Amino acid sequence: MSTGVEIVGTGMHPFGRHGDVSATTMGAVAVRRALDEAGPETTFEAAFCGTAYGGVAAGHRVLGELGLTGGPIVDVEAGCASGAAALSLAAAAIRGGQYESVLVFGIEKMPKGIIRSSFFDPWREQAGLAATPAYFALRAQRLMVDSGITSAQLAAVVVKNRRNGVPNEDAMFRNEVSVEEVLASKVVCEPLHLFMLCSPNEGAAAVVLRAGRGGVQVRAAELRSHLPGHVLNEGSPLCGLVDGAPAPPTTRAALAAYAAAGIEPDDLDVVECQDTDAARELLAYEELGLCGPGEAGRLLDDGTTAMGGRVPVNPSGGLLSKGEPLGASAIGQVVELTRQLQGRCGPRQVEGARVGLAQTVGRGANASVVIVSR
Amino acid sequence: MTCMSETRPVVEGFFDDDGLIGGECTTCGRRHFPCAGNCPWCGQSTVSTARLSAEGRLWSWTAVHTAPPGYDGPVPFGFGVVELPADGLQVVTLLTESDPQRLIVGQAMRFTTTAVGDATTSWAFAPGEAP
Repeated sequence: MSTGVEIVGTGMHPFGRHGDVSATTMGAVAVRRALDEAGPETTFEAAFCGTAYGGVAAGHRVLGELGLTGGPIVDVEAGCASGAAALSLAAAAIRGGQYESVLVFGIEKMPKGIIRSSFFDPWREQAGLAATPAYFALRAQRLMVDSGITSAQLAAVVVKNRRNGVPNEDAMFRNEVSVEEVLASKVVCEPLHLFMLCSPNEGAAAVVLRAGRGGVQVRAAELRSHLPGHVLNEGSPLCGLVDGAPAPPTTRAALAAYAAAGIEPDDLDVVECQDTDAARELLAYEELGLCGPGEAGRLLDDGTTAMGGRVPVNPSGGLLSKGEPLGASAIGQVVELTRQLQGRCGPRQVEGARVGLAQTVGRGANASVVIVSR
Repeated sequence: MTCMSETRPVVEGFFDDDGLIGGECTTCGRRHFPCAGNCPWCGQSTVSTARLSAEGRLWSWTAVHTAPPGYDGPVPFGFGVVELPADGLQVVTLLTESDPQRLIVGQAMRFTTTAVGDATTSWAFAPGEAP
C-alpha cells in the first residue's frame, strides 16, 4: 500500500495588484508562510513551481531569495492548471517513495486586461480570433442554449462569489455586488459583462506535502487535456467535428480523481472551481457531476452551491473575487480547501467540511481536479 | 464581397473569394481547417486540400465589444462557430453581424470575407442562405 500525502503547511501571498513587487518576492512570501506553518524544523527534498509567465528558472529564483536552493527545483507549465500540475507531480513522487517531503508553489504576475498569449499566432490576434473571453462567451452561449441559463443566473453566480469573497483577506475584490450592478457593467463579449469575468492578476500560493496518513490528505490530483474533436478547445486547428463531442477534460479528470479517491460527487462537502467567467462555474457543476446535464441553473437557484447549501462552491470568493494569477490559482484553491477542512476559515467556514474538490481548466484545454479530505 | 486583389488576406492559403480551404485525410476520411501537414483527428500525413462548403448553421456566437490584443479592426465585431454539415465540421470564424437581435443559434449562415484592417481581409460568415 502506497503512503498517504499530507498537507502540512499552507501559505498565501494575497492575489491582487502589487505594483513593483516581483513574482519572485511574492513567491518567497507564500513559501515562507507555508514552511513556517509546517513547523520550524521543516525541510523539503524537492520543489515544484507552477507558473505560465514566470520565465526561465522562476522557481529557482524564489528559493534563491530564501537561501533554500540545492535540491531539485522544477517549473511546471500547464496553462491555468499549472499549479495543480506541480501538485500532481509532487504527490506522485511522495506516493512512489521518491521523496518524504516536497514543496509546491505557484507564482504569477500578469498584466491587466485580456490575456496575451504566445499560444496564438500573430495573425490570429490581428484577425480578432485570439480574444480569450470571446471563447468563454461562445461556451456561455452554448450553455444558455443547452441548459436554459439566463443572464440573471450568470449575474447570480457573480453575486454569490463576490459575497463569499468579502471576508477573504487574500482576495482582490472584497465588496458585494448586486445582479443589477453586474448587468450594468459593460459588455465585454456577449453575454459576458465585465463583472462576470475574473481579472488576470498577481499573487502566489504554497503548500508543503509530506508522506503520512494524518491531517488533510491529498486523495487525488489528476490532469487531463482535450481529446481531438471539440471546436472550443482553443488549440489548432480552428475547427472541431460536428459529431465529435468527447467528454471534456474536466469530466475526465474528475472521473479519474473520484476513482483514485474512492468517492462519489455526493461525498463532496466543498468545491473550489474555475470561475474564470460566470458561465464557466455553472458548466463545472455539470462537468464535475455535481448535477446532471442541464441542471446547473437549478443547483444555483435552489442554493445548493451557496454558503450553507449542501455543497458550497467557491467559498473563497473564487477567481471572480480573488482574480487569477495563472500559476498560483490552483494552489490557492488547495490552500483554501485545506484551511476549510481544518476549520480555520472564520466567517466563510463551511461547517464540518471533510471532503473538498478543486478544479481548473484553461489554455490548451488542460483541466485539473484535486480531491482532499481529512 | 471584398475584392481580394486590392487587399491582403490576414493569412495565406486559408480561404479565397469562394470559400474556406481545408484539408481532407485519405486515411480517416475526415476534414479539417485550416489544412495541416498531419490530420488533427488521426495524426496521419495523408492530407490533401479540400474546398469547404460555403453554407452552414450558426452553432454559437458572441459580439466582442473590447478590442483584444493585436487587433485593430472595428468593435463590436461578431465572432462565432459555424457548423458546416456537408464537411462534418464546426469552424471558428468572424461574423459580419454583431447585433444580438440578429444572431440565433441554428440559423443559416453563408461564407464571405470581411475587412479587419485598412488592407487586410479575413474569412467570415454572414446570416442567410448562399446566393
